[in-house]
Amino acid sequence: MPDLGIEVLFAGRNMARMLGGLWVALRISLVSAALGIPSGILLGVVMRMKNPVTKILTRLYLEVVRILPQLVLLFLVFFGTTRMFGWNLEAETAAIIVFTFWGTAEMGDLVRGALAGIPAHQYESGAALGLTMPQIYRFIVIPQTLRRLIPLSINLVTRMIKTTSLVMMIGVVEVLKVTQQIIEANRVAHPQAAFGLYGAVFVFYFLACWPISLLAGYLEKKWS
Amino acid sequence: MDWEVIVQYLPLYGEAAKLTLCIGWMGILFAVGIGLLCAVITHYRIPLLWQLVRLYVELFRNTPLLVQLFFLYFGLPKAGIPMTAETCGTLGLALLGGSYMAEAFRSSLCAVPVMQTESARSLGMTRTQAFVYVVLPQAVSVGVPAFTANVIFLLKETSVFSAVSLMDLMFTAKDLIGLYYKTAESLALLVAFYLMILLPVSVLGSLAERRMRYAGSGD
Amino acid sequence: MKEDLLRIEHVSKSYGENRILKDISLTIHRGEVVVVIGPSGCGKSTLLRCVNGLEPIQQGKITLRGELIDGKSRKITAIRQRVGMVFQNYELFPHMTVLENIVLAPVKVQKKGRREAVEEAEKLLARVGLCGKEESYPRELSGGQKQRVAIVRALIMEPEILLFDEVTAALDPEMVREVLDVLLQLAEQGRTMVIVTHEMAFARAVADRVIFIDQGNIVEQGTPEEFFGNPKSERAKKFLRTFEFEPVSGKTAGAGSAVQSVPGI
Repeated sequence: MPDLGIEVLFAGRNMARMLGGLWVALRISLVSAALGIPSGILLGVVMRMKNPVTKILTRLYLEVVRILPQLVLLFLVFFGTTRMFGWNLEAETAAIIVFTFWGTAEMGDLVRGALAGIPAHQYESGAALGLTMPQIYRFIVIPQTLRRLIPLSINLVTRMIKTTSLVMMIGVVEVLKVTQQIIEANRVAHPQAAFGLYGAVFVFYFLACWPISLLAGYLEKKWS
Repeated sequence: MDWEVIVQYLPLYGEAAKLTLCIGWMGILFAVGIGLLCAVITHYRIPLLWQLVRLYVELFRNTPLLVQLFFLYFGLPKAGIPMTAETCGTLGLALLGGSYMAEAFRSSLCAVPVMQTESARSLGMTRTQAFVYVVLPQAVSVGVPAFTANVIFLLKETSVFSAVSLMDLMFTAKDLIGLYYKTAESLALLVAFYLMILLPVSVLGSLAERRMRYAGSGD
Repeated sequence: MKEDLLRIEHVSKSYGENRILKDISLTIHRGEVVVVIGPSGCGKSTLLRCVNGLEPIQQGKITLRGELIDGKSRKITAIRQRVGMVFQNYELFPHMTVLENIVLAPVKVQKKGRREAVEEAEKLLARVGLCGKEESYPRELSGGQKQRVAIVRALIMEPEILLFDEVTAALDPEMVREVLDVLLQLAEQGRTMVIVTHEMAFARAVADRVIFIDQGNIVEQGTPEEFFGNPKSERAKKFLRTFEFEPVSGKTAGAGSAVQSVPGI
């Protein structure tokens, strides 16, 4: 039975280094989510406005961000800025910019959808009870919107985490890159290590995302 | 922007797009097959298989394609299962897509009220007949938006194929940027080609959605 | 002596802790119209669903001319062709036209020729006053029209017995009549029917026998004259009283005084 990498995984600080690499990716996604979700809420409200200019602009923004692969956006910002404007953007900063930009659009659309999903008669029956517009929002619209929105935005966080794995393609040293280095260092002694180590990365990502997905699913069921 | 450079690069991008599309559509085709099978298994709770399918769906929905590809391409050969980059790309996309399609199909099947099956059964139809004539056609029209969203998502995901050294659009762009420093032209072509691939799907998707909307309008 | 068509013998059914049907026995003869009434949640709809093998039962047995009705058995599709069922919410197939809805089962299940099935469908549609609606989609029809299509869909299978599960409960009041008229017409043809309904006047007119179910038991049964004119059990009396309204007392005197006397209003 050849060693398929389990030994390497538990040797020295290897596992700690890999988890450190995972944290680099997680940090990028958490920062982007923290920035993207509030600005997405704002965007969603703006998208609900009847103004044709904001309508077209937000729509355009949304379509562009959603139709291009995130990796293309990443390339545009990372290579585009460094090579064309001569900025020396760090890969991690470029990643946060891109994922915030992308997350804002996704969140904006979720907020728009959730707001649009509140039927008109909910506003009307609020008004019929004599509530003012702020009261209608405070007591009727926002609570219902939040219930739809919270599971969806939790899901957005897992998508964010999965997407940040792309940062290794622009040279951020994250879990895949660290793993590559470890495999390289053990190439002679443990030529088969790639199986176990990449398998471990697979499991790490799963363990990072799955509980969050479960939470989102639970909340969705509870509140629907 | 140097137009001469663009004309010169065009065929390279054309080749790369062909590869992206080839593997992309092949992977999606398999994904639909896997998804349909898994959805039927979970919907009808076929014992044992059902739990396996859940495990597969959860595993692949909660991990990035890039990590899946690394495992398939660099990991599996070490356990004695080598594969070419093309096979790996197709398989990775099929497995990822299968898990997403399974979820989409399952929820469209769930969206067809149980009473529809019961009324079909009360007319003497078998389970299979009720599924084929009554449940499936309704589920298909309910599922169009989720289906197109998944197709677009999967086509976008193909952008990571360069990680397993497939010479796709991203690979070509990165290569040209690295070699000749024609960053603006390389990136412009990259965006243009992805738009050419994705825009038609997006437009077709919304058209199909509009046509299929009848099923949602109640009985 | 009329032939026994359907026999329900000592049937019990529960969902978990909840016992819905408790040792129900009932025999339905050929050509008989049986109306089942009772408060909501009493188990009357469940009983119909059991007769069609849509719900498994824990005890007892249900037989149609001696053949066991069992949802799990392979023979159930053959039996269901002989038992027609119409549901409260019509359950037409929304992706098919009226005609397709009706001929689907005869063609696919009974393997009849399509032309023969279409001819038969048109005849039946005409009889329920829906000539010319063949190519409409269910969403284009009113509730009453949908329910009549659902009845035709069941009839075309030439069932030996028809089950109606609160078929007017989802209808606007002005459409109830058109559906009930169809049911009366079927009764006149001598069809065997089991009807669950809340329409008391209709029950009285159509029934050969009224069954009153409460809390999963058959509490009382008899001819409509007996049951409605002189109910024996306290529970049946109480149930029938819920359909009566007393004139508002003191309406002409001090209007609203009764309301004022209720605390909290």
